[in-house]
Amino acid sequence: MPALRSYFSAGGFRPRFTLIDVVVLLAVLVLLYSILRVGSGTTASFSPSRLEHVSTDASRIPYDAARSLLRMFVALFFSFVFTLIYGYSAARSRRAEKVLIPILDILQSVPVLGFLTITVAVFVGLFPGNELGLELASIFAIFTAQAWNMTFSFYASLKSLPRELDELSRSLRLTKWQRFWKIEVANGAIGLVWNGMMSFGGAWFFLVASEAITLHGHNYSLPGIGSYVGAAIAKKQLGAVGLAIATMIIMVLAVNVLFWRPLVAWTERFRYETTEASETQRSYLLDIVSRSTWPRLAAAAWAKISEPINRAMRILGRDDVHQPVSARRRRVGDIIFWVVIGGLVAYGLYHGLHYIATAPGVGLGEIPHCVALGAATFARVAVLLVLATLVWVPIGVWIGLNPRVARLAQPLVQVLASFPANFLFPFATLAFIKFGISINIGGVLLMALGAQWYILFNVIAGASAIPSDLREAMQVLGVSGWQRWKRLIMPGILSAYVTGGITAAGGAWNASIVAEVVNYGHTRLAAYGLGAYIVDATDSGNKAKLICGIAVMAVYVVAVNRFFWRRLYRLAETRYSL
Amino acid sequence: MTKTFATRDGGELPVLEGITLDVRADEIVALLGKSGSGKSTLLRCIAGLVQPSTGTVSYKGRPLKGINTGVSLVFQTFALLPWLTVQQNVELGLEAQGIEPEERSQRALRAIDLIGLDGFESAFPKELSGGMRQRVGFARALVVEPDLLLMDEPFSALDVLTAENLRTELLELWQAGEFSAQAILIVTHNIEEAVIFADRVIVLGTNPGRIRAELTVALARPRDRHDPQFDALVDEIYGIMTERAAAEPASADEHDGPLQVMLPHATTDGIAGLAEIVVAGGESADLGDLASLLGFEVDDLFPIIDALTMLDFATVQDGRLSLTPTGEQFAGADIQASKEIFREAVLERVPLVRRIHRALRHSTDGTLREGFFLDLLRNHYSADEARAQLDTAIDWARYAELFEYDAARGEITLPDFAETQRSD
Repeated sequence: MPALRSYFSAGGFRPRFTLIDVVVLLAVLVLLYSILRVGSGTTASFSPSRLEHVSTDASRIPYDAARSLLRMFVALFFSFVFTLIYGYSAARSRRAEKVLIPILDILQSVPVLGFLTITVAVFVGLFPGNELGLELASIFAIFTAQAWNMTFSFYASLKSLPRELDELSRSLRLTKWQRFWKIEVANGAIGLVWNGMMSFGGAWFFLVASEAITLHGHNYSLPGIGSYVGAAIAKKQLGAVGLAIATMIIMVLAVNVLFWRPLVAWTERFRYETTEASETQRSYLLDIVSRSTWPRLAAAAWAKISEPINRAMRILGRDDVHQPVSARRRRVGDIIFWVVIGGLVAYGLYHGLHYIATAPGVGLGEIPHCVALGAATFARVAVLLVLATLVWVPIGVWIGLNPRVARLAQPLVQVLASFPANFLFPFATLAFIKFGISINIGGVLLMALGAQWYILFNVIAGASAIPSDLREAMQVLGVSGWQRWKRLIMPGILSAYVTGGITAAGGAWNASIVAEVVNYGHTRLAAYGLGAYIVDATDSGNKAKLICGIAVMAVYVVAVNRFFWRRLYRLAETRYSL
Repeated sequence: MTKTFATRDGGELPVLEGITLDVRADEIVALLGKSGSGKSTLLRCIAGLVQPSTGTVSYKGRPLKGINTGVSLVFQTFALLPWLTVQQNVELGLEAQGIEPEERSQRALRAIDLIGLDGFESAFPKELSGGMRQRVGFARALVVEPDLLLMDEPFSALDVLTAENLRTELLELWQAGEFSAQAILIVTHNIEEAVIFADRVIVLGTNPGRIRAELTVALARPRDRHDPQFDALVDEIYGIMTERAAAEPASADEHDGPLQVMLPHATTDGIAGLAEIVVAGGESADLGDLASLLGFEVDDLFPIIDALTMLDFATVQDGRLSLTPTGEQFAGADIQASKEIFREAVLERVPLVRRIHRALRHSTDGTLREGFFLDLLRNHYSADEARAQLDTAIDWARYAELFEYDAARGEITLPDFAETQRSD
């Protein structure tokens, strides 16, 4: 991150080595070594192997976990780069904005897991016979789980840049490069990191799902904690599954403590004065590192390196008045732009429909079939949301209104939300088989394993944000029981609940692709639903069916978002915001 | 020079009209005006941040294209980057000019020293008090050695004592010739501040902003607020600003478009409160005294005075506010009776309220959507101002119990519609 900030201060300092410095240095060296060791495995050549043949030896776990972790961080890096480029383009160009933002909105709603097959085929085709293709496909899947939220956040921060910062930049005639890093990225840093952390948590699920997949009847698997679990399930080794779960918990916690907490605490400095922090974020690790001499040395070195970069980037020009374009030229440009976009969309639509219509054994009749299947999955999502609401809203409110409980529960729920629910599927599947529960009903439970936490998590936050003077006023007036719920609590938590509901619903749709078909050993349970349909199409490599299934699911998600969630959200924001 | 902003339907709203202004070396000019007089827009035109619609801004005889390289800006809200240290903030402009790190640092330290920030170089803005933050703002503006220093209400976000101290120090630096800037233009809505600072005071009128008056301040520096000449000048400016305010609503009757009569942004509580204070203080009140008594700035006081004169509750003459008989009744009555008086005054004297009221009576069910009136108002005002106008009208009319308003649906309703229609 060039030119972001340097610690370099005017006062001279003598670098004095303390024990802390040594520890920090060693930690960095170990980290570099591990990345090199683990990374060198990603280009190994491979041949497709069946999951049953992947070793579930416990000694493999550290290496597998490290490979998974590396994948997550590589994807995070690409998400960050993508965010900067895409968000900046959308915010800067009026025309690009009209196209890029709706695309982002759709991408956010599309069930990413459904695309896995296509992307795997593409990436494997790029690097035949090499593991790198599969590696990239997995990284891409994780990327799709992280990038959209971060991009939206950055775009929003660019659009809402305080006016005086824009004027400051222009009146000082900052270079565009300076403006981008020192003002625009810095101003968006808090949202970017916060959304990055949330998306990273959600991405574990995709990591697990993308490490072992079936394509054209072949099994592909990458060394990683996800394929380890896949193998353990195929071999019916519950002990190995348990071991993987323990590893997963450790990884989620470690990444939180060692990476996200320090980063969140560090970005506190990017809070613009006009917005007050509700509570300051702290990290012990950051405290230790910043007490050592290294950050200062690094900053001094950084200032040396960044100076020529900043100088070179002067070529990009300065921030100045944007010369107005004549209205007529603008209108002509607009017309050309929209004709081109409209043409592309029409062509794509025609091509897609044609492809489905002419594919052997598919035809346009497939679309109503998919819609019917979608209705079944939709019913599952709806039931899940209702049940999760009935169970978790009262509990969440109780936790949120008790600050002491909330302090303990909040991080725990956060970890639960990050924990990839697909790890728990084998246990649930076993129970279904044992008690003869149909996957048609059990699927709801599987989907809920991951999705429900978002509701709980947000309701806790919403309830704890209800001002205590309002609660006291209600107490004094003798408002209690149902009246208290109706007049204070439900309106108070509504906007937080809606946020949780949207996230939970999105998570549930995605989860339907892994939850409507489950395997345990050679037993396979499949439900009636769009998720199961997509899995079948994937397994048999039927692209026409796959496209049809994904498109219908995307339409379902977008429609429900538009017609239900967005309206509810607007109501919550205008009438019930505290 | 003029400046217009485009309305939504392609029309043009004048913000500034017929402005001719020269700023010369070695002088301080104060731009004084109420909110909505376009004084900040004028400042931004001079800085090159905003392009004038017609006319030109020239710097050293050359018409400006883009940002004015000879000026720097001090912001009301400081506009410091909280993620940079004091020194880094000050160096920002130098860095943009491509100056070497060493020279950058030296010049920044000199500016920091000059402005009294020595020892705070490595502090972050959030560690500083408001006054110290604005000092960083000054250092950042001065370090680039501008010919003209533009200040946009630089003290209005500070408390009274801090502002006074900072003003004095700045003027001392200016007196001593230690300023890197050759001239200062300060935008303010504080009349005393304008008189303390300026060699020339320029008073802008409202909607659209025109130059109302230009006064030369020949008092010796440092200036004394208790000097009778100082007082006289302040009173004169109060007079200029309020006479116009009193004249504006009277000039427009219903035929030349009632929507053009601008409602002052005053709350009903403010109107009633000020009326009561004037009654309690005797026959009439000096505006300058009133402002300092209440700790009000011009922006707080003038809308209420405008409202009182608009409703014919008070008149202003020679910088003194006195209540009319109706105004005295309004101030003396109990809640219900004063609402009654207010209702009559609003219906008679506030065209926008009268127009909405009439439209409601002639509607089929006594309900109209606010969007209808907003569209009408947008022909005369910017989108924000149209909203503010309607909100003020609704606030007054609700208090007068003339009509009801449902914010969620955006509907304005006549209470007892059936009844009103019968009496029509």
